[in-house]
Amino acid sequence: MKVTYYPGCTLKTKARNLEDSAVASMKALGVEMEELTRWNCCGAVHSLADDDLIHQVAPVRDLIRAMEQGSDAVVTLCSMCYNSLARANLIMKNDEVKRKTINDFMDEEKDYHGELEVLHFLNFIRDHVGWDKVREQVKVPLNDMKVAMYYGCTLVRPGNVSIEPIGDTKVMGEFLEALGATPVDFPMATTCCGSYQILGNPEAALDVSAAILESALARGAEAVILSCPLCEYNLAKTQGQLTEKQKLSKEVPVYYFTQLLALALGLDSEACRFDLNDHNCLNFLKSKSLVA
Amino acid sequence: MPIEISEKTIKRDFIEKIIKLSGQDINQCFQCGTCVGACPMSDKVDTVPRKLMRMAQYGLEGPVGESQAYWTCASCYSCSVNCPRGIDLARVMEAFRLLTLRKTNEDKVKLSELPEELVKDLPQIAMVSCFRKLTS
Repeated sequence: MKVTYYPGCTLKTKARNLEDSAVASMKALGVEMEELTRWNCCGAVHSLADDDLIHQVAPVRDLIRAMEQGSDAVVTLCSMCYNSLARANLIMKNDEVKRKTINDFMDEEKDYHGELEVLHFLNFIRDHVGWDKVREQVKVPLNDMKVAMYYGCTLVRPGNVSIEPIGDTKVMGEFLEALGATPVDFPMATTCCGSYQILGNPEAALDVSAAILESALARGAEAVILSCPLCEYNLAKTQGQLTEKQKLSKEVPVYYFTQLLALALGLDSEACRFDLNDHNCLNFLKSKSLVA
Repeated sequence: MPIEISEKTIKRDFIEKIIKLSGQDINQCFQCGTCVGACPMSDKVDTVPRKLMRMAQYGLEGPVGESQAYWTCASCYSCSVNCPRGIDLARVMEAFRLLTLRKTNEDKVKLSELPEELVKDLPQIAMVSCFRKLTS
């Protein structure tokens, strides 16, 4: 099986651990992730003003490229890319006036009418690989590992692009169970980590991030999984600061969900890329005898 | 500080601009405050979203312009998905930001002032999204 894949900027630099682990895992499961031959930044955030259509051009251009490549679906890993592409896709599919304006403006490209399906990787595994297949291929079951499922915002809001019905998210739990881990639901699983306010209002973002981690710890989680590099920055890379400022009681290992997939499939360190996570991530797995 | 609501402070064209830019009927808001409970930042802002909506209904351009609340909004959509009146508040917050930025041209985050270490470590999506939302 082959699938068209849109990586986005961050996966090629700061979040190589998200991309490398996903591509290697899919290979092990018999899926080739074919990267778009030409792609550009999706814009990271969806423009919310009715008179601002220019910012839809970047994601729509990516969708057109995927269509030109003969695909009927495009898969993303980064939650923010998923959100930007899916929302731009909806405009092109449902808003006749905006669609015409954007298509007229992009006169060198083919006209686009929202023909593609934008899929997040979690839904792709569930619907096109299947949990049974994942379960069969697991070589290193993640037994006795209690993992909090952090969805954040952009996978589940707004409702028209949510990967599952709001308030009824199951996919991360099913994913973890297939790997042998114990999923931990917690009250702040879909609370925003502060996102780009880590630059605009850092103290506010740090407070929210610490509260999310504490909420996961209070439910007995030993680790957290997520799929967004900005959430990963806020929830993982700031932990030194959070503990120092006494906003967080103890450090919590945070992984991209694909890293645990690669680990459970028995893939090597070049696939898992725990070297790009904080040191506590590898130490935790060592303590569970999951890595040497 | 009391807010003056009078012929002097009510700006009808401000109401029209917000409605046009956001595509939202702000008069639907009946001040229930669900947005305040849903907002992860509501304890960190000077004006909670419910109050901003009231100010917008009255066209209080001055007090809205002075508020820092929508600069702390991360467009997480918690308010929008929970609003019982179906108002997409995230779009209203965006309208506040854009009306201010287009009027003042004053960026809320300056790249040249960010610490080098931070810029080196931050994922690109943090920079792109921040500059998209907080600069003109």
